[in-house]
Amino acid sequence: MVRRISIVAITTALAATPMGAYATDDADQRLQDIEQRLDRLETTPTIAPSESMSSFNPAVSLILEGIYTNLSQDPEGFEISGFPVPEDSEVGPGKRGFSLAESEFGIYANIDPYFYGGMNLALTPENEAEVEEAFIQTIALPKGFAIKAGRFFSAIGYLNAQHSHVWDFVDAPLVYQAMFGSQYDDDGVQLKWLAPTDSFLEIGGELGRGAAFPGSDRDKNGAGAGTLFAHVGGDIGFSNSWRAGLSFIKTSPQDREFTIVDLADNEAVNSFSGHSRLYIIDGVWKYAPNGNPYYTNLKLQMEYLRRHEDGDVTYDSDGALGLTNTASYDAKQSGWYLQGVYQFMPYWRIGLRTERLNHGTVDYGANNANLPISDYNPKRNSVMVDYSPSEFSRIRLQFARDKARESATDKEIFVQYLMSLGAHGAHQY
Amino acid sequence: MKRLFITLSVMVTLAFSVPASALNIFACEPEWGALSQELGGDRVSVYTATNAFQDPHHIQARPSLLARARRADLVVCTGSELEIGWLPVVLRQSGNDRIQPGKPGYFEAATYVKKLEVPARLDRSEGDIHPGGNPHIQTDPRNISHVAEALVQRMAEIEPQNASIFQTRYQDFSQHWEAAIKHWEMEASPLKGVAVVSHHKNWIYLYTWLGMHEVTELEPKPGVEPTAAHLEEVLTQLKLEPARMIIRAAYQNDRASKWLADRVKIPVATLPFTVGGTDKAKDLFGLYDDTIQRLLEALR
Repeated sequence: MVRRISIVAITTALAATPMGAYATDDADQRLQDIEQRLDRLETTPTIAPSESMSSFNPAVSLILEGIYTNLSQDPEGFEISGFPVPEDSEVGPGKRGFSLAESEFGIYANIDPYFYGGMNLALTPENEAEVEEAFIQTIALPKGFAIKAGRFFSAIGYLNAQHSHVWDFVDAPLVYQAMFGSQYDDDGVQLKWLAPTDSFLEIGGELGRGAAFPGSDRDKNGAGAGTLFAHVGGDIGFSNSWRAGLSFIKTSPQDREFTIVDLADNEAVNSFSGHSRLYIIDGVWKYAPNGNPYYTNLKLQMEYLRRHEDGDVTYDSDGALGLTNTASYDAKQSGWYLQGVYQFMPYWRIGLRTERLNHGTVDYGANNANLPISDYNPKRNSVMVDYSPSEFSRIRLQFARDKARESATDKEIFVQYLMSLGAHGAHQY
Repeated sequence: MKRLFITLSVMVTLAFSVPASALNIFACEPEWGALSQELGGDRVSVYTATNAFQDPHHIQARPSLLARARRADLVVCTGSELEIGWLPVVLRQSGNDRIQPGKPGYFEAATYVKKLEVPARLDRSEGDIHPGGNPHIQTDPRNISHVAEALVQRMAEIEPQNASIFQTRYQDFSQHWEAAIKHWEMEASPLKGVAVVSHHKNWIYLYTWLGMHEVTELEPKPGVEPTAAHLEEVLTQLKLEPARMIIRAAYQNDRASKWLADRVKIPVATLPFTVGGTDKAKDLFGLYDDTIQRLLEALR
C-alpha cells in the first residue's frame, strides 16, 4: 500500500514539474542509445572471421561418370576414314553396354601467395590411374602475365582446355578425335598475357614435350611442340557475350605409327616422321536474357581445324609384310563442327551438333602405290537432351548418326550421368 | 582502301584503349558498385560485374570479366561463397597480383557483418547453402554502414593520396545514411511482426532488421526451383500460418509467386533486391526507399 502511494506520488510529481520533462527526454535518449548499441551488436561480427575463397582447403573434387552405350556397328571396327590415328588414341564411341566412364579426382589449391596448383587423376574403368593434369601456375605475376608448368590441357582452340565432363556432348567432336586423338594434353610450360584493355585480349604460347598426338615421344633435348594462341572477347549489351580465337600448334613427330589397310588389303603398320602444323579458328557466342542464364540461355560454338603435315612416311615400318619403303609425305586436311545448346527451362537443355571432315589432299609420294588415299568426307550429326537438377548433377541422353567410317553408318545412343562432389566447380566460360 | 585501314585502326585503338587513371574498382554486385561510387566520387572508376536481373550465384567467368579484373586496383565482393563459382576463376586468370585474396585489393564485404543462418550441417542434400552463412547481407542497411566503414579504410590504404577525400565523403555518406536508416525504420514500423513467404532464402537480414517473420519459402531447398508438390505444401502451411505477402527479388521468375498469390489471395511484393532492381532503386538510398514503399504497399 505504501509502495503504491509512493509510485503514484513520484509519477505525479515528475509529471507536474518541468524536471519531469527532462527526465523523460533523458530516458528516451538512453533508450535510443541502448537500441543503437543493440543494433550494432546485432549486425557486427563477434569475431572477425578470416574467410578463404573456399571452405575446402585444398579444394578436393570427384567427378563420377557412367554411361550406357548402344551402337548399331561394332566399335572394334571404328575408324575415321582417311584420318588414321595412333593405336592408343581415345577415339570412337567406346564400348557397348554399360560401362563406367572415367572418374576424375582433383585436388587444387593456392600453394602460397605466389603459386596455384593441383592435379587431376583420371581413374579408368580398367582400374588404371592417369595423370590428366598436374600443374602449377603463377598468381602473383604483375602486368597480366601468368606462367603455367607441368601437364595441362593446351589453351589452343575452345574445347581443348576444358575437361571432358563440362563438354555439352558425351564425346569430343570428330575433328578433335581425328587431329588430337580426343584432346591435346602435353607436358610443358605456358606463358599467357592478358591485355590491360576493357575488351578481352589474351595471347600466349606453350613449349612442350610434344609426346601427345599429333606429336610423338622422342629422346631429345628441347621442345617437341610449340603453340601460339590469341583470344578476344567481350559482351554486347547485358544479354550477349562472345569469345573468338586463333591458335597454331606445331609438333615434330618421330616415327609416329599408324595402321591402315593398304591397297593389297593387308593391315600395314606405317610410321610418319616430319612436321605437323595445325591451325584452329574457334568462336563461341552465348545469349542469356539480361545476362541471367538461370532460366533460359543459348550457346553457339564452332571450331575449324586445318592440319598440314609433311615429311616422310615409312610404309610397312615393322617389316611384317616385307615391303618396307620410305617416301615423302604431304597432307593438308581439315574439319569443323558447329553446335548449339539451348536451355529452354531451368535444368533442361537440348543440343544439336553437326560436323564434317574434309579429306583434303594427301600425297604419299612413291608410297601412293601401296597406301590408299581416301576421297571420303567423314561426317556426324548428334542431338542431346540433358537434365541437371542442380549444379552438381547431370543426366544426358544423346543420339548420333555417325558416318566417320566410309563403310557404314553407326546409329549411336548414349545415356550418361555426370556428377561432381566436393569443391564447387568453376563456372568456366 | 587506305581510308578503310585508318577507320579499322581507329576502331581497334578505341576498343583496346586504356582509360585515364582513377582508382579502378571491380564490384561483384550492384550494391557494392553503388557504395564504392558514394565513397569514391570522381576519384574512382567503378565497374559492376553483375546487374540486378542476374542471379549472383550463376555467373560465368566471361571474357569481359577477366578483362575488367585485369586492370582493377580493388575488387569489392560479397564473399561468403556467393561468388564461389566464378570469382576465383576470374581472379586466377586476371593476371593481376593486386586483387588476389589476402592482398589489400581484395575486399569481402561479408567479413565485416555478422552473418545469419550459418548452417550447422554442411551437406549438399540441403541445397545451395553457404558455409559462412547467408551471403545476401545487403538487405539490411545497417550492414551497409559496417561495410562502408571498412571499405573507406581499404580505399584509403590503396590510394593514400586520396585518403582525406574518401574520408570526407564517407563522413558525409555516413551521416545521411544513419539519418535515412532512422527514417526507414520509422516508415517501416507497420511491418513489424508481419508474416511473409519468400521465393528464395535471401531476405533474412531485411526481416531481422524490420522484425518481419518468414513463414516459409517457395523453393523446396535453397537454390532449387519451386516444384508443384512443394507449392501445395506451402499452400497447406499457409492455411495454418497465414502470411500477408509473398516476397520475390526482381531477378527471380514470377511464375511460382503468382501461382501462390492467386490461390491465397495475398499480394506479391517484387523487391529490387539490389541497386537497379527497380526504376526507383537508382542508388543505395533509392534501394531502401523503394523496398520499404513496396512492402508497405503490399501490406495495404
